[in-house]
Amino acid sequence: MAIVLESLAKIVFMFLLIMGMVPALIWAERKGAAYIQDRTGPNRASIGGVRLAGLVHPIADVLKLVFKEDVAPTNRHRALYALAPWVVMTVAVSTYAVIPFGDYLTIAGRKIPLVVADLQVGLLYVLAVASLGTYGIVLAGWAANNKFTFLGGIRATAQMISYEINMGLAIMGLMLIFGSLRLTDIVAGQGGLLFGWLPMWGVVLQPLGFVLFITSVYAETNRNPFDLPEGESEIVAGYHLEYSSLKFALFFMAEYCHMVVGAAMISALYFGGYQIPWLPRPMLEKHAGLLLQLVLGLTVAASLLFAVLFLRRVQREKGKFGDARDREPVLGAGFWIIVALAAAGAFALRPGDIGATGASVFASLFQVGAFVGKVVFFAWLFIWVRWTLPRFRYDQLMRLGWKVMLPLGLANLVGTALVVALIGNGK
Amino acid sequence: MSFEGLSKESTEKRRSLLESIYLWEVVKGLAVTGRHLVHNIFHTGDMPTMQYPEEKRVYSDRFRGRHRLMKREDGTPRCVACQMCSTYCPADCITITAAEHPDPAIEKYPATFDIDLLRCVYCGLCEEACPCDAIRMDTGIYEIAADSRDKFVVDKEFLLNEQTRGTR
Ligand code: SF4
Ligand code: SF4
Repeated sequence: MAIVLESLAKIVFMFLLIMGMVPALIWAERKGAAYIQDRTGPNRASIGGVRLAGLVHPIADVLKLVFKEDVAPTNRHRALYALAPWVVMTVAVSTYAVIPFGDYLTIAGRKIPLVVADLQVGLLYVLAVASLGTYGIVLAGWAANNKFTFLGGIRATAQMISYEINMGLAIMGLMLIFGSLRLTDIVAGQGGLLFGWLPMWGVVLQPLGFVLFITSVYAETNRNPFDLPEGESEIVAGYHLEYSSLKFALFFMAEYCHMVVGAAMISALYFGGYQIPWLPRPMLEKHAGLLLQLVLGLTVAASLLFAVLFLRRVQREKGKFGDARDREPVLGAGFWIIVALAAAGAFALRPGDIGATGASVFASLFQVGAFVGKVVFFAWLFIWVRWTLPRFRYDQLMRLGWKVMLPLGLANLVGTALVVALIGNGK
Repeated sequence: MSFEGLSKESTEKRRSLLESIYLWEVVKGLAVTGRHLVHNIFHTGDMPTMQYPEEKRVYSDRFRGRHRLMKREDGTPRCVACQMCSTYCPADCITITAAEHPDPAIEKYPATFDIDLLRCVYCGLCEEACPCDAIRMDTGIYEIAADSRDKFVVDKEFLLNEQTRGTR
């Protein structure tokens, strides 16, 4: 019974993490793109005058998409047309099952591993499920019965076949080093230090593999510079051209879910997952009290800073809009002052000795936080790259995949195999 | 077949090894966009974006805005319904019905004078064509919006009235 509850709790946590990150990423994409291009970005939607720097826009977007008319082409393949967005979405979320988001959590003497399904063939599962994502895209492109969507589907297939191989080859290097397909083993293996100072992260052991892997992940998620399946300038919107309202929203959300999966995979395989360099678990547990104080102190400082910024805005923007938006800085300042007071109160309570259990829980949460932080960074990298690089031409994409990355991947694999054969793997 | 001046070198620029590896270039590109991002986060005021309904752009005096009809000293329209403007209008959006003026020295006056602002391309030919300086585009009004098409067809009274904004 307990195991079912545990799994359910973990699934819900993971699901909420992804679903919570989707609107945040949409916001980051729009606002980040705007700032990169010297624009202001979304700043109009508000709830009672609070605009949260545009964070209300994703809510407005969702409302809009929910209430929009669902226009569908007459000559579609009805069943497949309806199925496609769900395939894409399901695949996007199910990859998370094998990604460890933390080490383990000890509650009432039970050691709960922080991964939904600790599969022995975790890496294979990831590859298999990720390639299923294309299936949804191809279905969408084909079922809509439109030449542009069809072209988008074909592009997605060709791209996926080319880059799936490179992804597999890149991962195989890691497999040789850590001698396991289990993702928990791979992440746990990255906790040590190399030569006593370098964190033994995948990226340090396999720099070339990392470059190949991250490129393949970008291609797999259909994100710029590899977003040819939806290249607006050539095939309108590609595979999701004929979808509207909620079905389009599913595709849109799936893209961001894929991004989060990609980011989680990159951090788990090449950046140590939940591991914090030079701060292994025993050390975390030993200094838990100190770290907790530090975290609280930083929270106080940060929220005070935000409060001051908002107070400055209160002064500067008095009656600027002449409507409810004028309340925003006041509410913002109030919110951050309350947060600062709460954190200061917790700080004053001196949670220094939280006991062994508390220390263990704190260490687990700290590691989960580290993992989430890495995921957020890599998800942001996706956005950053998108607004920096132009899209590849199709022949360039194929040339890069087959003529550059495939040989490099093979060379990397052979080289790694030789080194592992000579000095043995991490086990 | 060969094209003069289109040798292979000129179409495909030679790349150095570092450039053809592409990664370093990607990092350089990320640095450029990152610089813009960070700068804009800390200097939101520097952005050229205009918060439109609150801030409005100041246009030059020569800006061609919505039309207006001029009046004589007695308040009647200056227009003599000569149809010059509607003949010149490339968008064919001025409709005038002429009627006889009570004053024999004036001959005609416009019984109706409609401009379809949706068809107008704001070229200003009407005001140039007018022999009596009766139609002008110097109002500076550019916020021309309405929720139905017929509200964009403005009539004589509307154009003569100096208080009107945008559309009906
Ligand atoms: S501005 Fe040009 S298009 Fe508009 S009414 Fe005058 S002549 Fe016609
Ligand atoms: S506005 Fe000017 S050009 Fe047009 S009909 Fe009247 S007098 Fe003639």
